[in-house]
Amino acid sequence: MGRKVAIVGVGQSKFGSRNDVNMAELTWESIKEALNDAGVDQKDIDYFVTSNAGGWSSEPLPAVIIAEYAGLNPKGTAKVEAACASGSAAVKLAHDMVASGQADIAMAVGVEKMNESPTPTIVEFIGRAGNYFWEFQNFGLTFPGYYALYATAYMDKYGATEEDLALVAVKNHYYGARNPKAQFRKEINVEKIMGSRYIAWPLKLFDCSPITDGSATVILAAEELAKKLTDTPVWIAGIGAASGTSNLSKRKGFTSLEAAVAAANQAYKVAKIDPEAPIKYFDVAEVHDCFTIAEILAYEDLGFAKRGEAVEWVRNQETYIGGKIPVNLSGGLKAKGHPIGATGEAMIGDLAKQLRQEVEKERQAPIKKGMALAHNIGGTGHYAYVTILSLDKV
Amino acid sequence: MSSEKTQKEMTDEAMKQFYDFVESMKKSLGVPMVPDMKTGDALWVDQREITLKFIISVNKIRDFFNALADNKFITTKCKGCGEIYFPPQSDCPSCKASDMEWVELSREGTLLTYTVINVKPYSFSHYDDYIVGIARLEDGVNVTAWIREKDPNKLKVGMKVRIDIVKREPEGYLTYELVPIE
Repeated sequence: MGRKVAIVGVGQSKFGSRNDVNMAELTWESIKEALNDAGVDQKDIDYFVTSNAGGWSSEPLPAVIIAEYAGLNPKGTAKVEAACASGSAAVKLAHDMVASGQADIAMAVGVEKMNESPTPTIVEFIGRAGNYFWEFQNFGLTFPGYYALYATAYMDKYGATEEDLALVAVKNHYYGARNPKAQFRKEINVEKIMGSRYIAWPLKLFDCSPITDGSATVILAAEELAKKLTDTPVWIAGIGAASGTSNLSKRKGFTSLEAAVAAANQAYKVAKIDPEAPIKYFDVAEVHDCFTIAEILAYEDLGFAKRGEAVEWVRNQETYIGGKIPVNLSGGLKAKGHPIGATGEAMIGDLAKQLRQEVEKERQAPIKKGMALAHNIGGTGHYAYVTILSLDKV
Repeated sequence: MSSEKTQKEMTDEAMKQFYDFVESMKKSLGVPMVPDMKTGDALWVDQREITLKFIISVNKIRDFFNALADNKFITTKCKGCGEIYFPPQSDCPSCKASDMEWVELSREGTLLTYTVINVKPYSFSHYDDYIVGIARLEDGVNVTAWIREKDPNKLKVGMKVRIDIVKREPEGYLTYELVPIE
């Protein structure tokens, strides 16, 4: 296990279409905020991990672009890729370096500059994120298409409807409207969602997370240092990581992401959480709602809801503040935005602020238990990371 | 639908308009700098272009592609443990052996799930909307492919489908698709 590791600083840029800045400027926004939050300088960082998916943006080596612009040279760095879970992978690697004693302070920096390419190019690149040769080359799947395969199967098995899926988007836009850093700050209703065009039947435009530019940074420190740097260290209580088959055809079923279940069970074991009743431990969670169906799958894969029960949760608003467990109070990927490589750091950063009770009042969960969970999926269950945060050292 | 423009035509027209605008801005400013249409933010438009078209080894699984011409749908089976792999692969990771045989797959199965690709990747944007499904064949392997149907409401999870070898046009190469048989 190694040394205890805590989050001592977090930062996030405004998410959205950020044509006002280039990649380096966009990344600096979150790095600066995180350095200030931690009260450290670049020289104090022993190593930083950069997360970025790329393809659609011009710079092939984002880590070095960031290092130069943010004054981080000659600190060591590397880019990691775990598709939409790249950010959580970066946090895990930074955590592991500190836990193992390789670094006293390590930083995870995520950035994505998607708007450097036109939408059809982005659709092309994301559609290829699975098994290119067998599933894209011949059959032209898209990212919404992959999740739509799960939606069709889930709706058939449990009787969920398109209106049920819409309720997830209604919630996440409700909280996104209360997050100044969110891409979409407008509430929407079921009628508007149901009236939007199909992107990949049965998923419609408003079932989908948007194309987003954004950056987010998390700074991690070893126990003794963390206690010196802050009065409110947010401890990493457990991380689980798992992978799923590249070909969707090789999955056992289409109503659960097996990798997410495996990652959750790993994280629960490390954090000493009863996998039969995990919600009793958490005040708040961020789950990977790249599409509305993905949030529903997450409730069940994490063991929050029983199989087939998540749709009832959505209908009964169990994941609003005041329900069984509030989920995606940042607005989620759906409304906050989904800058692929920065999403993991943004989830974990926002949860650290939730635990520190520093987010906007209208989206602040009551913090009574002192624990939070981030569920970050790469591709369509190709990668899965579950990160558990705690105010108490576990 | 057929009288309407394809997604590719619409995209190409929009991109041509944009690049024409870039050229006119470049003439007047001396650099390819244009304002963002919504915000007015200054944007530099790349003067270099890259084409991606990969060349991929199918050497060890070439029989699969050769068999399509004989209307056969085959895959690899490990002689050691009996595991059938689809897509075909030339190594068995459980046995750590590469002693595989080619077997014909069952041509009938059950539809597990499906979707319609309405917004298509650029390289698929010349097609009408297409339906992609995953079926479980009688020998237990799953296959992802297009379904020969335009209306998702005519499909249902659990229905019987068969695999047909077909020529994909306009590219003109052999592939396979799922055909509802109910």
